[in-house]
Amino acid sequence: MNTAITFTIDGTTCTAETGMYVIGAAQKNGIYIPSLCNMDGVAPRGSCRVCTVRINGKLMAACTTPVSEGMKIENDTEELRDLRSQIIETLFVEGNHFCPSCEKSGNCELQALAYRFKIMVPRYPYRFPVREIDASNPKLIKDHNRCILCKRCVRAIKTKDGKNLFAFKNRGHKLAIIIDPSLASSITDELAERASKVCPVGALIKKETGFAQPIGSRTYDRSPIGSTVELAATSPNAKETAL
Amino acid sequence: MKLSLETIIDQYRADPTRLMDILLDIQSAKGRIGRTAIDLIAKKCKISVVDVEQTVSFYHFFSTEPRGRYTVYLNNSVVAKMMGSEKIARAFEKEAGCTFGSVSSDGLIGLFETSCIGMNDQEPSAIINNVVFPNLTVHSVKKIIEGMRKGKKVSELQTVKPGDGNNGSKLLTTAISNNIRKKGPVIFSEYKQGEVVKALTTLTPQVIIYTMKKSGLRGRGGAGFPVGLKWELCRKSAGDKKYIFCNADEGEPGTFKDRVILTERPQLLFEGMAAAGFAVGSDQGILYLRFEYYYLKEYLEAILDDMRKKKLLGKNIAGRSGFNFTIRIQFGAGAYICGEESALIESAEGKRGEPRDRPPFPVNKGYLGRPTVINNVETLCAAAKILLFGEDWYRSLGTPQSTGTKVLSISGDCLYPGIYEIAWGSTIGEILEMAGAEKVQAVLVGGPSGSFVGPAQFNRKLCYEDLATGGSFIIFNESRDLLKDAVLNFTEFFIEESCGSCAPCRFMTVILKNKLEKLLHGKGVAQDLVDLEKWSSIMQANRCGLGQTAANPIRTTLSNFNHLYTVLIRTNDDFVSEFDLKSAVADSCAVAGRKPMLHGA
Repeated sequence: MNTAITFTIDGTTCTAETGMYVIGAAQKNGIYIPSLCNMDGVAPRGSCRVCTVRINGKLMAACTTPVSEGMKIENDTEELRDLRSQIIETLFVEGNHFCPSCEKSGNCELQALAYRFKIMVPRYPYRFPVREIDASNPKLIKDHNRCILCKRCVRAIKTKDGKNLFAFKNRGHKLAIIIDPSLASSITDELAERASKVCPVGALIKKETGFAQPIGSRTYDRSPIGSTVELAATSPNAKETAL
Repeated sequence: MKLSLETIIDQYRADPTRLMDILLDIQSAKGRIGRTAIDLIAKKCKISVVDVEQTVSFYHFFSTEPRGRYTVYLNNSVVAKMMGSEKIARAFEKEAGCTFGSVSSDGLIGLFETSCIGMNDQEPSAIINNVVFPNLTVHSVKKIIEGMRKGKKVSELQTVKPGDGNNGSKLLTTAISNNIRKKGPVIFSEYKQGEVVKALTTLTPQVIIYTMKKSGLRGRGGAGFPVGLKWELCRKSAGDKKYIFCNADEGEPGTFKDRVILTERPQLLFEGMAAAGFAVGSDQGILYLRFEYYYLKEYLEAILDDMRKKKLLGKNIAGRSGFNFTIRIQFGAGAYICGEESALIESAEGKRGEPRDRPPFPVNKGYLGRPTVINNVETLCAAAKILLFGEDWYRSLGTPQSTGTKVLSISGDCLYPGIYEIAWGSTIGEILEMAGAEKVQAVLVGGPSGSFVGPAQFNRKLCYEDLATGGSFIIFNESRDLLKDAVLNFTEFFIEESCGSCAPCRFMTVILKNKLEKLLHGKGVAQDLVDLEKWSSIMQANRCGLGQTAANPIRTTLSNFNHLYTVLIRTNDDFVSEFDLKSAVADSCAVAGRKPMLHGA
């Protein structure tokens, strides 16, 4: 049985039901906690750490921590804004992110978060690593330059018989996504489409459909990331629109 | 006897949760895990090929390419280098005719580096085909390679006599030494096999848990979680089957005490595991042993067999009906992160050693989703002794908050490196005196994930109230270049050993290392020190304790040895570019056959 609970975010009293993660509970109350690796309907993994909040004084990932009665959560503080910005900047210098030539520009969550955090240029030196592009699969292009290793594809995409199509290879800064070649050779267009949608950046692109949606009319061209959650909070029917 | 791939996979009933064992056996039988093996495992275990590849590529001792008939893994950790491993490395390269990271052209010898192998008190050392070669010299390297060329068995390559204690016993016969310098009243005191499980027959699980709580025993792996509470939580957690894990992954550079305990007190450990099982309601124990200690396999298995024969393990232990407990050994394959308990469980399930998100905690949802207790080797041995001598006896040792003793692994610049079982509350100064250390510049307490402390703090005490430690204690004398010889190496260690899951741990370590190198190259300015401090603060956001502490070598030297940094910075410059124009245009110059014409270069 889920029970109603009360907690606070930055001093604002919020309500939710047990069994929810902090990030979802915040959203229900019209509070946006930035995140990258988290996705509705996919088991959370807490790998990007962008959604880090302070819960009762301790740094925790909002996407993997269940909300509980009386939690005191810090979210929109100077410390956490800087921490999140630092993590996003780390992701930018770790790979090669050239937005103007990227198919995902405007639909890219990494780009959208950079705008939200007003990142003009990362504070860290660029590394410009040499990374591979794998176009050997019939329906998908994997561009490791843009991959932020959030594991969304690994978690969300399975074949019909439940096998993993994607996995990690290596460890540490050598980490990369690999695609099962034999399984990938027979995936449907729908699954390929879903894989490219699940990817928050432009690392997984469905073949033969480039720039179908014109730049300028894409998700974050229309409204900044997080704004739908926050706007819902200020509208009279907050609860309904938030959901 | 060489087994076929099919037979190896079938031995584990093509169970994907036993993938580590399958891969270990294939690596050992075939010298590599090739494409054919990976495809066959995937097919038989009914998992995708990438599922196999993700595990294979995670562990240091798995390889898809052959690594030579004799594979040398030379320790490249800080203390190994302090003890001259660079000279040994050059000797290996000269004699073998190939460089580190490669295999000789005839496929005979492969040379590879590896992180700390738990031999800090007898460095330089290497693992060759699972046999440890401690105290290497240029001369012994020559002899070893000569032996390889003659096709000798790896056991015949050893140039020194077997070590002390059980190291010299028939089943071990290893050149490793125990170097037990100080025996304490808990771990290395007198003990007779069987007395713990016999004592259990008069106790109830509730009494055992109560005794553990009263004793104040806390986990000895480093985190210090109260043992009685952990056992109680697991006992109360609902589950059709529960597991007791012993964490013997000791990968923290500078720690080797568990190796010595496993050598000298394995029966005590196994009885401690049985006691935990009895308290929690578990009949299955698993010893997760780091691959670096594979040489202990036959020895420990023989002891387990013997204990089963004597009814000290198995069914109806010590005659008590319903007291059932068996133990199997699960090997790792080279990954520091697997010392983190949830990563250890993932690894034991045949997966990559990536720490889990918590909650749920292992006591509720651990191995195979079942309630699981994970305790360190030393913790379980201490628990066994507490059951023999009582909580009052245990509380009489140590300090009020840190009861009992702690086994330290002491290495580095001192006369007597080795194992010391001390009472909690001893000061660093007292320990340095015991170890025969003089002109000490710094001590690294708790390994690289701990803290560097200097003479001003040598009056600090080792205990949970002051300086907590998992037992690694590395001494640096005044002749050492702390930043170059230790901090840089440990930062590289963390880069190498990060599982890569969390963004800050995966890449911030690389950014910090580059910054440190900039300073060491004489290109640092004042802002670089501010950056190091500020940038490294995001490590706290990582999921696991190891990721959170991966910048500790930098952070603790910045605060305790700030003078070492300030002398490196240029005081007359506000900014020094790290951009090297010459190397940036080197490729295009090489293609065009030109030499760069640089002003002021």
